Amino acid sequence: MTQQASPAVSNDPLLDVDNLVVEYPVGNKIVHAVSGVSLQIARGETLGLVGESGCGKSTLGRAVLQLRRPVSGRVLFDGQDLTAMHGDTLRLMRRRVQLIFQDPIASLNPRRRIGDIIAEPLIISGVKDSAKRQKLVDEALSAVGLDPALVVGRLPHEFSGGQCQRICIARALVLNPEFIVCDEPVSALDVSIRAQILNLLEEMKSRYGLTLLFIAHDLAVVKAVSDRVAVMYLGRLCEVGPSEQLFARPAHPYTALLIEAIPMPDPDVRPAETVPVGEPPSPISPPSGCRFRTRCPRADQRCSDEMPELRAVASGQFVACHHPLI
Amino acid sequence: MTEGTLLSVEDVIVDLPTPRGNLRAVDRVDLTIGAGRTLGVVGESGCGKTMLSRAILQLLPKRAKLSGRVMFDGQDLLQLSPEKLRKLRGRSLAVVFQDPMTSLNPVLTIGTQLIETLQEHLELDMAAATRRSVELLAAVGIPAPEQRLMQYPHQLSGGMRQRVAIAIALSCEPKLLIADEPTTALDVTIQAQILDLLAREQRRRHMAMILITHDLGVVAGRTDEVAVMYAGRVVERAPTPALFKKMRMPYTEALLAALPKIDAAPHTPLPAISGRPPDPTRPLKGCSFSPRCRYAWAQCHVEKPRLEESNSPAHQFACFRPIGTGAGAGA
Ligand SMILES: Nc1ncnc2c1ncn2[C@@H]1O[C@H](COP(=O)(O)OP(=O)(O)O)[C@@H](O)[C@H]1O
Ligand SMILES: Nc1ncnc2c1ncn2[C@@H]1O[C@H](COP(=O)(O)OP(=O)(O)O)[C@@H](O)[C@H]1O
Ligand code: SF4
Ligand code: SF4
Ligand SMILES: [Mg+2]
Ligand SMILES: [Mg+2]
Repeated sequence: MTQQASPAVSNDPLLDVDNLVVEYPVGNKIVHAVSGVSLQIARGETLGLVGESGCGKSTLGRAVLQLRRPVSGRVLFDGQDLTAMHGDTLRLMRRRVQLIFQDPIASLNPRRRIGDIIAEPLIISGVKDSAKRQKLVDEALSAVGLDPALVVGRLPHEFSGGQCQRICIARALVLNPEFIVCDEPVSALDVSIRAQILNLLEEMKSRYGLTLLFIAHDLAVVKAVSDRVAVMYLGRLCEVGPSEQLFARPAHPYTALLIEAIPMPDPDVRPAETVPVGEPPSPISPPSGCRFRTRCPRADQRCSDEMPELRAVASGQFVACHHPLI
Repeated sequence: MTEGTLLSVEDVIVDLPTPRGNLRAVDRVDLTIGAGRTLGVVGESGCGKTMLSRAILQLLPKRAKLSGRVMFDGQDLLQLSPEKLRKLRGRSLAVVFQDPMTSLNPVLTIGTQLIETLQEHLELDMAAATRRSVELLAAVGIPAPEQRLMQYPHQLSGGMRQRVAIAIALSCEPKLLIADEPTTALDVTIQAQILDLLAREQRRRHMAMILITHDLGVVAGRTDEVAVMYAGRVVERAPTPALFKKMRMPYTEALLAALPKIDAAPHTPLPAISGRPPDPTRPLKGCSFSPRCRYAWAQCHVEKPRLEESNSPAHQFACFRPIGTGAGAGA
């Protein structure tokens, strides 16, 4: 029912998510947080994931890492199905995948020293030699631009939001992972610090040869770091395509709306007064057919009767819409 | 105060006692805003935007020390009795905060809150106040307003709550609305709708507005004038088009450069501002931006630049080496 075509990016993707469904039971109702999402990320690629809050971005990121088990669907990481893994096999695999959160301060244990926080993943994964641990911790901290000697003995509250995000990135890097889900890593940061962290992520990516799933609700931020962008609405993908192409020629009405809504730092660009009306409906009872139809200026009968499938509209660009813009 | 000036903030200082010593949150700020005009106040978090707006509203923390003068609509706010201030804040001086729950009562319905405000300040009877409430909710884009009157704030989304807070702020036809990061916590799509709403109501009511934000993109198309704040001070101030056409203060330039550009290719490194703002309990002797400024020279570290005009009286900046001068940074 919720099958979507899977836009292939390469013959050997590092991550291959196939028809993923994630739900949350609340009372006797069900939140349809992710409803049949398929996507692939090539080795060394950054895939940006955008959409309004509540559309299921974090749920998707967490389900990819098996921090929330999906109801159905598969997550192939380097060819192996994570959804079928349990116990030690899953723990071993988790060394290769990491997560960075939006709220850097809240994601650090306030009572533990920075050195211990970063060493913890090493201990869990069985690095017993403490000298080796310290060396790895120092390397990770230096890599994110912090001086280990000044940092390891201190507590999280002694650091600003931007520094805490550096610490979180160091913690994610210490196990030398291949893949990182960055869940809105700069949304809570000021413009100037945001730029520092985005640059740092880019630098770490090339230094460690990382593959990233970069989640944000800000399209301009996503574009700055992503090779391709996936646009999500109410648990489903609307559009996937190469960043520049998607911005230059969005095919989905929702993508166009998101681009329109970006505040432009240019006084000659009078903000369009055509912007989006209303807010997304509840994922407990999503609209029939196309989930965007209650806000879409192009919606017609077909949009409520028939769910649009992802299909190619241009080279590498896929859209789920009955009446695309291109 | 000159003719047509609605608000003038003169040499305002806000000091806050902290365990680490005195924290000067607002440092000698001068601002004016004319009736029906919009002023954007932009700066990174912690630079004193909220303390400045609270100083205008006379809603500072108890221990705060305020000096200077705040003239609003011909009255010196520092001399008004608490009772008079309360009346003023309900009527001609209104505010919308980043978190709408700051101004909403969680245990009262939306209707009760709106109707009570209208009854108290405009002395409307119940029927008239109810009618007006429905009109206001419709004006701020809330669907099915009659039904919303019966709902509690927690039953609404963040964007809808902010709309209700705006409706309450607008209810008594204020002369000045202070909007303190009204959209920072919201999605871009909702942000665009709320900003449009504020702009529309501002024009329709010929109301003056101070729009506070950390995002230069938010003020660009929506204000007449912009004041950029850094470490408690106004460091550049200009008519909005002039500011974007020719920024003079290196901090303003850096703030703009650090924004991801929609038309830049992916993976273009962002010109980030290194370091972070100074600790406000340890004020610097020289220019507050000097540790982060790529144009700083010796004088910047020992002397504080004053906010001054150069060619155009409307464009002021606090910098020894302004961008675009022969000796300056842009040379
Ligand atoms: N633990 C949970 N229990 C119930 N509902 C949840 C839970 N986590 C998220 N949700 C709901 O699932 C939907 C998707 O949430 P989320 O993945 O956090 O979205 P996003 O990250 O895009 O903001 C939302 O409607 C949210 O309220
Ligand atoms: N209640 C308070 N007590 C002491 N210091 C405060 C208080 N509120 C804010 N501050 C400090 O005052 C400075 C200015 O804060 P604020 O006006 O909130 O900045 P902004 O709104 O620009 O983010 C900051 O250094 C902040 O830490
Ligand atoms: S399928 Fe219909 S409702 Fe959905 S985005 Fe396309 S035109 Fe709009
Ligand atoms: S005064 Fe000096 S340090 Fe301050 S902004 Fe100007 S050039 Fe930079
Ligand atoms: Mg999220
Ligand atoms: Mg503030």
